[in-house]
Amino acid sequence: MSTTSTTFDRAAPPGSRLRAFLGRLRQGDEVAHVITLIFAVSILVITSLLVYKLWVSSHLSRAQFGWNFFWTTTWDPIFDKFGALPFIYGTLVTSVISLIIAVPLGLAAAIFLAELAPRKLSDSIAFLIDLLAAVPSVIYGLLGIFVVVPLMRTVIGPALKATLGDLPIFGGPNYGVGFLTSGIVLAIMVVPFIISVSREVLLTVPRDQREAALSLGATRWEATWQVVVPWARSGIMGSIFLALARALGETMAVTMVIGNNPKISASLFAPGYTIAAVIANEFTEATGDLYLSSLIELGLVLFLMTFLLNGLARLLIIATGRGGGRPS
Amino acid sequence: MASASQGNSATAAETARQTRMSERTPATTPTEVSVRFEISNLDFYYGAKQAVFGLNLKIPKNKITSLIGPSGCGKSTFLRTLNRMNETIRNTRVRGQILLDGQDILEMDVVALRRRVGMVFQRPNPFPKSIYDNVAYGLRINGYRGRLPDLVEHSLKRAALWDEVKNSLHKSAFALSGGQQQRLCIARALAVDPEVLLLDEPCSALDPVTTAKIEELMFHLKDSCTLAIVTHNMQQAARASDFTAFMLDGKLIEHNETSKLFTTPQDPRTEAYITGRFG
Repeated sequence: MSTTSTTFDRAAPPGSRLRAFLGRLRQGDEVAHVITLIFAVSILVITSLLVYKLWVSSHLSRAQFGWNFFWTTTWDPIFDKFGALPFIYGTLVTSVISLIIAVPLGLAAAIFLAELAPRKLSDSIAFLIDLLAAVPSVIYGLLGIFVVVPLMRTVIGPALKATLGDLPIFGGPNYGVGFLTSGIVLAIMVVPFIISVSREVLLTVPRDQREAALSLGATRWEATWQVVVPWARSGIMGSIFLALARALGETMAVTMVIGNNPKISASLFAPGYTIAAVIANEFTEATGDLYLSSLIELGLVLFLMTFLLNGLARLLIIATGRGGGRPS
Repeated sequence: MASASQGNSATAAETARQTRMSERTPATTPTEVSVRFEISNLDFYYGAKQAVFGLNLKIPKNKITSLIGPSGCGKSTFLRTLNRMNETIRNTRVRGQILLDGQDILEMDVVALRRRVGMVFQRPNPFPKSIYDNVAYGLRINGYRGRLPDLVEHSLKRAALWDEVKNSLHKSAFALSGGQQQRLCIARALAVDPEVLLLDEPCSALDPVTTAKIEELMFHLKDSCTLAIVTHNMQQAARASDFTAFMLDGKLIEHNETSKLFTTPQDPRTEAYITGRFG
């Protein structure tokens, strides 16, 4: 449609160009083009506005602390000393724990649902999983407080201490709240994303790929693991990064179970703090201008972290896709 | 240009072969040559819908048997019962007996069966790996011990692809043309040295020159392999196969030497089909 009109434009004398444009306008082509363009551009505008606003409002804090903001560990509103490191640490550690738990779990569940389960069972479970993804995070926070924290105190914590207690990450007192508890709650929250997206991707793998492997004498598991999963690889990784983005930015559930203590501790049992949690907790109480400005700069840091990690994720997909990648 | 002349020589070879075939007297009937597959009273169901009805057929060793018939006549379904590939489709049922060298394949271990009975599909379906890894895949999963590169080379040579890819073995298989990809899939199937090769409309997505190459390749493979090919293309069946089976509505209508089936069909429906009155 558009190519024909372009060639027509080129061949036509200049006067009729306008008429051609008006013709397309009447047909709705041009209207649709302009409207969709506006909507697409609005995404860019909103993102830029966001960064601009964070940048401008964090001016005070940036002027006061400079780069030191990133690697000082004191967070003291009384003496107006603010450093982001404990929050960056808490955000990264809880997100990594959640992925370590959620990726194997989610991938295995997705493989089962896409490859092994009867179609009816798979579809109904997938429906439940999509529901889980839509549960408000405060509910997961309650689940954390009433189920995960007591379990941590009575079962998981003591078990880890008994077996791997010599490792520094499982040392120190166990209060029930802390990095590990938040990581577990986050894992429960992000696992539906991984399952749901990975399952969809696995279902789109062409059946002739699987049959090719089977026809060579591959077992069902070999066909799944060596052929179907690699084919779906970039989609599965996409689901993992979606989960990571959710884990990095999760606020409510984390603040309910992490203990809200801006400390860097080697022990995963220790209470900590994350960027999103501290902004939510302290924003309304921030009295001084520098305090407020520092919280806003924390927001900027979180935005940058998400941006960087997503960029790295893209690069990873491109880099590992080289050499025999499927046509995309 | 080079490929076009190869195509011509392939056609010449086919013509010569057909001449040889028609000169051969007295003609052997299917029962006189040794049999690789013996299928009796085969019924096949997709759910409640029956797709194959009481099929009896003998597929002779080291020959090319082609299955022809209109779309939906069950010929692909039948072919896929021979390596039990239909079992990957849910809710299917098979009844009857299929003997491979006297052994019932329905009782065999399905993985072992598929190692003996290879398959080439309608659409070229290489793995998203390098050319080398595609051919080596079957060897690796079967725990082949030995010089992998030699076997990969040998398989690619058998599939008449070696000369075209020997300098780009580690490039993606998707960089190949459709015809090359299909020959790569044949090489991949041949690497595990199957006794039977099933081809499910292997040329339907390919141009005539490439089709001629694959037909020539099939002709050379007969020495080491039994071939069964499903084709929509009656000329292909007439050119490239020793025996032809005609199927209609899930039933085997006629099975004979290709030259006989196409010149003196016994059944009026076969005659109607091969003269183009339907299908």
